[in-house]
Amino acid sequence: MSVDTATVRHIAKLARLAMSDAEVEALVPELNNILGWVEQLSEVDTSGVEPLATVIEQKLRLRDDVIDDGDVRDKVLANAPDAQHGFFAVPKVIE
Amino acid sequence: MAELTSLTLTQLRDGFRAGDFSAREIADGFNAAVAGARSLNAYTVETPDDALAAADAADAARQSGDLQPLSGIPLGIKDLFATEGVDTTSGSRILTGFKPPYESTVTSKLRAAGAGMLGKLNMDEFAMGSSNETSAYGPVISPWKRSDGGNAALTPGGSSGGSAAAVAAGIAPGVTGTDTGGSIRQPAAFTGITGIKPTYGRCSRWGIVSFASSLDQAGPMSRTVRDCAILLEAMSGFDPKDSTSLDAPVPAWEQGLSSDLRGKRIGIPKEYRIDGVPDEINALWDQGIAWLKDAGATIVEISLPHTKYALPTYYIIAPAEASSNLARYDGVRYGLREAPDGGNLDAMYAATRAAGFGAEVKRRIMIGTYVLSAGFYDAYFTKAQRVRALIKRDFTEAFDKCDLILTPTAPSAAFGLGEKMSDPLAMYLNDVFAVPASLAGLPAMSVPGGLDGQGLPLGLHLIGRELDEQGVLNAGLAIEERAGFTHRPEKWW
Repeated sequence: MSVDTATVRHIAKLARLAMSDAEVEALVPELNNILGWVEQLSEVDTSGVEPLATVIEQKLRLRDDVIDDGDVRDKVLANAPDAQHGFFAVPKVIE
Repeated sequence: MAELTSLTLTQLRDGFRAGDFSAREIADGFNAAVAGARSLNAYTVETPDDALAAADAADAARQSGDLQPLSGIPLGIKDLFATEGVDTTSGSRILTGFKPPYESTVTSKLRAAGAGMLGKLNMDEFAMGSSNETSAYGPVISPWKRSDGGNAALTPGGSSGGSAAAVAAGIAPGVTGTDTGGSIRQPAAFTGITGIKPTYGRCSRWGIVSFASSLDQAGPMSRTVRDCAILLEAMSGFDPKDSTSLDAPVPAWEQGLSSDLRGKRIGIPKEYRIDGVPDEINALWDQGIAWLKDAGATIVEISLPHTKYALPTYYIIAPAEASSNLARYDGVRYGLREAPDGGNLDAMYAATRAAGFGAEVKRRIMIGTYVLSAGFYDAYFTKAQRVRALIKRDFTEAFDKCDLILTPTAPSAAFGLGEKMSDPLAMYLNDVFAVPASLAGLPAMSVPGGLDGQGLPLGLHLIGRELDEQGVLNAGLAIEERAGFTHRPEKWW
């Protein structure tokens, strides 16, 4: 499997990364180089092997279903590039 | 009190307790050393007042008999630990100006143990790199130079490059690092210091800027094995705020230190004898084997058959998790925002991320997004998770035959800045010996073994069973006692 400029543009769009034509051109061989290298995993027989999900065996805990971190609105907003009226402000979403 | 900065963390702790010097004198000495070493570019933020406040508290505690384990000790903190009110940027432009309104669990624990903070340490952007050259703040310069009379600037390794350089240069007696695929161990090896990555889950990830969550693990870096044991004890422990935190008691690692390895079996994996590794590194490995034998251990050859697939597995899993984790940098909640005139929300996301991320981070986000995208998920990501299971199984089977594994830490000594930046794959190969233990979640440590022909440090690498940090530390101590590594870089900065 290898990528071309159209694929790189598509992936960049999925990743929300604005890219110039020159950047796209440069990434095509770089990504193909890396993807070609990871391709060697296809040599490994993994039939019957479950994908590893938890590296150290443990049971995921459930916390009590209670709100325990509320009342920190101002702290949450403190680092926002644009906070207005107690909300995050963003450019217009609805045309 | 310049000489205080040449002491180990253990010596500082014990000397302070014995009344040989005050915590204030220690903090003054290190603050001055930090200010005098800016040419290394190791710190991104200096916090001398923090170190002094903790020192004054330690001096008062000594009077009142209320000493904590790290009273009097100032530390450097890698810049991906959230520190309340102090810039935390993870080496990235996209987090410019971010001042966390909370403190990470690990640094909270260190503070509760009495430690102060000297400042935040430079690192590869989002810990993605092996040379510290991907930092938005520019590379850290290693305090080490080659002995060839040249003046080439060398890398301290990465991603915990500022951390490693700070300990090697004596501008911090101990530091925090994080290790996703070797980011504590490789820089420790490159700078002639010790560093341990504990079992995955030992140290809480809460408040650590995420890179690849199934691999990220914090650990200490310092001058000696005992220093590391002391720091790791203070950093570890169950944290309900991290869903993968291990609910296990923290052993008294310092008290348990013993370099008597009688009855221990040390595995030597034949697959780690790889082409292109300098003879000096293999010779040091043989020397390490001899040292461990001398300490009473028996040596057994073992096989880890999937070793060669560890790096490609890592370079699917880590970018995949990174592309997901780094989706949070959207210009809305914190950090940089770039909003093109008249652009919509999507345009703001794309412009912010384009301006805020560096080339290596973008490359990994692209790889990760690709391997997770529709049609490729099973072929890449699920396949890699299956191979990861086999790599883990290799270790489980090997630990039927041995108690610990000894390998070199890195396939070369420190290289020059700029030498590998043009070739991502060559850079990734730095972590060939470090990555398998990360994929298996195992504790692993680098200890200095000696110098190469150019006068640069080389490290030896110990891997232990899950939760057997004690075994790793003890074997590290046995090597440390026999290597007698006391070399320090000559001060030029």
